[in-house]
Amino acid sequence: MATETTTQTLRSPHLLGIKDLSVEEIQLIFSTADQFKDVLNRPIKKVPSLRDVTIANIFFENSTRTRLSFELAEKRLSADVVNFSSSSSSVKKGETLLDTVNNILAMKVDMVVMRHASPGAPHFLARHIDANIVNAGDGTHEHPTQALLDTYSIYERFGQVAGKKVVIVGDIMHSRVALSNIFALQKLGAEVMVCGPATLLPKYITELGIQATLDLREALEWCDIANILRIQLERQQVKYFPSLREYSLYYGVNKKLLDSLGKSITIMHPGPINRGVELNSDVADSDQAIILDQVENGVAIRMAVLYLLASQIKKTE
Amino acid sequence: MPDRKCIIHAKLLDVMLHRLCHQLIENHANFEETVLLGLQPRGIYFANRIQRRLKKILNKEIDKGYLDTTFHRDDFRRRDSPLTPNKTDVPFLVEDKNVILLDDVLYTGRSVRAALDAMVTFGRPRKVELMVLIDRKYTRHLPIEPDYVGRAVNTIDSQRVLVEWEEQNEEDGVWITSKATT
Repeated sequence: MATETTTQTLRSPHLLGIKDLSVEEIQLIFSTADQFKDVLNRPIKKVPSLRDVTIANIFFENSTRTRLSFELAEKRLSADVVNFSSSSSSVKKGETLLDTVNNILAMKVDMVVMRHASPGAPHFLARHIDANIVNAGDGTHEHPTQALLDTYSIYERFGQVAGKKVVIVGDIMHSRVALSNIFALQKLGAEVMVCGPATLLPKYITELGIQATLDLREALEWCDIANILRIQLERQQVKYFPSLREYSLYYGVNKKLLDSLGKSITIMHPGPINRGVELNSDVADSDQAIILDQVENGVAIRMAVLYLLASQIKKTE
Repeated sequence: MPDRKCIIHAKLLDVMLHRLCHQLIENHANFEETVLLGLQPRGIYFANRIQRRLKKILNKEIDKGYLDTTFHRDDFRRRDSPLTPNKTDVPFLVEDKNVILLDDVLYTGRSVRAALDAMVTFGRPRKVELMVLIDRKYTRHLPIEPDYVGRAVNTIDSQRVLVEWEEQNEEDGVWITSKATT
């Protein structure tokens, strides 16, 4: 894909959220990802760019895809990688976030990829420590690399994002993927709608300049692309709907429903899928779904982000 | 634009390209196992010209690719301006092939070193040669020398050698400018 880029570097040394990125910066990340995608399809899938950079992956929340994807991206850029997860660490012994990260940085780490359950945790770190921070998801706030890879996948499939109609279905209230995607899609000129049970749609979500509906069928008839989200049971303190079965009946996407639309829409899902709840297997495994393309693009996007941020690490004299 | 001097005009450049092609033919005969690799961003025009001309002479399409060295450069994080990657397009494996690397200007030799690194991700070539249009003498940082040279020129560090092609600009030609004006 040929992308026109007008900027050659990111303004911030951190990637904390999509909200802070300009359109040019998103396009720069895309055009850099194009080149890394090419690298990933070579017999030797590795380049030496980040040979002298050390990256710590600090995950205070569970993750499979994101963590694996970041780790692969780092390794394919030849960076040194240390992994850390809160379940097996001193966080359990009462250490503060700042102390934990400062201790890791004392071992000469240049970049930190962090996932944390509290919104704003990476922003807090960025203010207090001297390392490049990449937000790999902070609570219910943002998940910038996921939104970048989602919009990149749309871009790859359709040639452009502008003018596309995208609906995000499910647990909008607790989803950082939804918020980051809304920002990214809007910046790139797409129209956005969210759809879900009233209890899971934030009250003032339409203030962001997007549409909202409770009716899945209406949403699907409107859109070109549907991004289906998981119900985040681990973040829900109270019951927002009577049962998963009922949710599935009203908001589950299945082949029968898609076939009855009279047009073909593209299905995305950031994973992990709860098959039979928000998405049926007959859709998840069909040609309409680009779920595995999203995963593949994730590595290229993360390589691009790390590469662009690493170029801002203080120069070695 | 002040300080801009043409050192090779279109006609002379044409003669040089012709000579370089015949030098290649001398060493590679029918190009059975030989491929051309142009270095991004500016060596690709040179590679295109050489390929086109060889086709005219030999009546045969010779494999050609574009190699981008950005991710293999040794000055990442050491220079002020960011490095922007270009497209690598190598539609063949270089395993056991004779590879001719082509670039427009040979200066410090660092791009060629990076290119050698980038190239081996596509296999282990039997032999690698380097063809440059302009060799800036006495400026090398690394022990790298070209096998085929269009013209060797004497320059100083504050100067820049610019090869222009019809495809990008109005006319073919090689220019010397001072760095400040570019």
